[in-house]
Amino acid sequence: MRIECPLCGSRDRREFYYSGHASALERPDPDSSAEVWDDYLHNRDNPAGLTEDLWHHEMGCSAWLVVQRDTVSHAVLAVRLAKGDQL
Amino acid sequence: MRFSALKILTEGLTGNRGWGAHWRDPEPAEEYDIIIIGGGGHGLSTAYYLAKEYGLKKIAVLEKGHIGSGNIGRNTTIIRANYFLPGNSEFYSHSLKLWEGLETDLNYNVMHSQRGQIGLFHSDGQRDAAIRRANSVRNQGDDAELLSVDQLRKMLPYLDYDQGRFPIYGGLLQRRAGTARHDAVAWGYARGADQRGVDLIQNCEVIGIDVRGGVVQGVQTSRGAIRAKKVGIVVAGRSSQVAAMAGMRLPIESHVLQAFVTEGLKPCINHVISFGMGHFYISQSDKGGLVFGGDLDMYASYAARGNLPMVEHVAEAGMTLMPMIGKARMLRSWGGIMDMTPDGSPIIDKTHIEGLYLNAGWCYGGFKAVPASGNCFAHLMATDTAHASAQGFRLDRFRTGRGLMDEEGTGAQHNLH
Ligand SMILES: Cc1cc2nc3c(=O)[nH]c(=O)nc-3n(C[C@H](O)[C@H](O)[C@H](O)COP(=O)(O)OP(=O)(O)OC[C@H]3O[C@@H](n4cnc5c(N)ncnc54)[C@H](O)[C@@H]3O)c2cc1C
Ligand SMILES: [Zn+2]
Repeated sequence: MRIECPLCGSRDRREFYYSGHASALERPDPDSSAEVWDDYLHNRDNPAGLTEDLWHHEMGCSAWLVVQRDTVSHAVLAVRLAKGDQL
Repeated sequence: MRFSALKILTEGLTGNRGWGAHWRDPEPAEEYDIIIIGGGGHGLSTAYYLAKEYGLKKIAVLEKGHIGSGNIGRNTTIIRANYFLPGNSEFYSHSLKLWEGLETDLNYNVMHSQRGQIGLFHSDGQRDAAIRRANSVRNQGDDAELLSVDQLRKMLPYLDYDQGRFPIYGGLLQRRAGTARHDAVAWGYARGADQRGVDLIQNCEVIGIDVRGGVVQGVQTSRGAIRAKKVGIVVAGRSSQVAAMAGMRLPIESHVLQAFVTEGLKPCINHVISFGMGHFYISQSDKGGLVFGGDLDMYASYAARGNLPMVEHVAEAGMTLMPMIGKARMLRSWGGIMDMTPDGSPIIDKTHIEGLYLNAGWCYGGFKAVPASGNCFAHLMATDTAHASAQGFRLDRFRTGRGLMDEEGTGAQHNLH
């Protein structure tokens, strides 16, 4: 599996640390209810097919990336910097 | 069909032509008392104990493929009861006891082999942790023995003890741990359930769960609608998809775990050996193949195959630990889809929908759990109360934060187990 880092170009999967679904970027309001926080922290759509997850280019430029992938075929479809997304 | 020594002898002498099918191939009925979704190890054992211990009739197991096509036929078959935390500890202890009586109970040879499992440690700190674990395993009523490096050298002379990165300080042995033939476990439970009247319906994919007024009504399948009073979801790596049919979002992310086997060799590895620091473990199958594996590939996946970096990592770890395996040729590798929970421990619980029950989150350790999981899930579905050994496997522990079972101590977060 190779991931096209927008800054470094196409790199081996081993350069990246996977951190989970990109829904982590949609952080709830601090005053949200326990249910909302539970859902954010623990529950996942866990799709079989198209997904977006967060990868850290740990052994490269250190950027956080949002990677659009297919969880069934392992195809990497699109990559963008997480920087543009709200954190 | 009952197995006996006499039957084996007469069949052997008459060309083995008299063996019948191990279970029926029934058409689905319009209605059942209980439907189990998923014909893996856990679904089959649940159906078996529902029929056997709770005397329930009218049970069906719906399997989208064939019996044994999921993780039950893909795992590396390690059975042990040396978990540390309350909740897991009593559950795996219960499971090991069921394993010890399983072949007699099922009248089926599952090739259960208590060859012992040894977990290696590599520092003084890890030795202390192993002693602590050993004490907790003994407190739970099971066996655990600390092996010095000298004892270990006699038992496993082929390990590289003085490797620079992880010199071996000793090991924690559980003699009652071991392996079993995974397919036979599925077949044995399937046959046992069928004999007690359970309908095993293969090539029947559940595509919807019918709920009215908060009460489950039945399921929609690729072979039509089937009504049921109670429905259990037992689909391992597919838990999120099936639960979503009832509008639920689970604390589960599916990951791929790979395993490997070499060509058949003469007996050389007599135990299960776990090299935690290298994410590597190995045993030798009765056919002679070295069966080994490592960690998850570590990204969400539904492909029942992994990527090369993990193949390389596992091979490197194996060579580090036991250089002698370098000459063995690897025959096959494969992967299975693991239902990973945030704390790495499973869920056996009711859902917010009346009559709908959930058995999921077995991560990469659910083979050893097959007997107790079915036993405890059957108890829950039949009596609506949690079995004494499975009180801790609650779905709401993530929301409340109470009773999290994080064996690795890394935090109850996705992607850390
Ligand atoms: C490589 C590997 C090594 C492992 N090693 C070990 C080990 O050494 N020790 C250990 O304890 N555990 C191990 N495990 C984990 C263990 O195999 C699993 O935790 C366990 O088998 C999961 O439960 P199961 O047997 O019920 O799953 P499965 O056999 O996967 O059963 C689930 C079934 O549900 C069916 N299904 C899914 N969706 C639907 C639907 N919509 N309708 C109908 N049916 C459906 C599937 O087809 C499947 O047959 C390993 C796993 C892997 C992949
Ligand atoms: Zn980069």
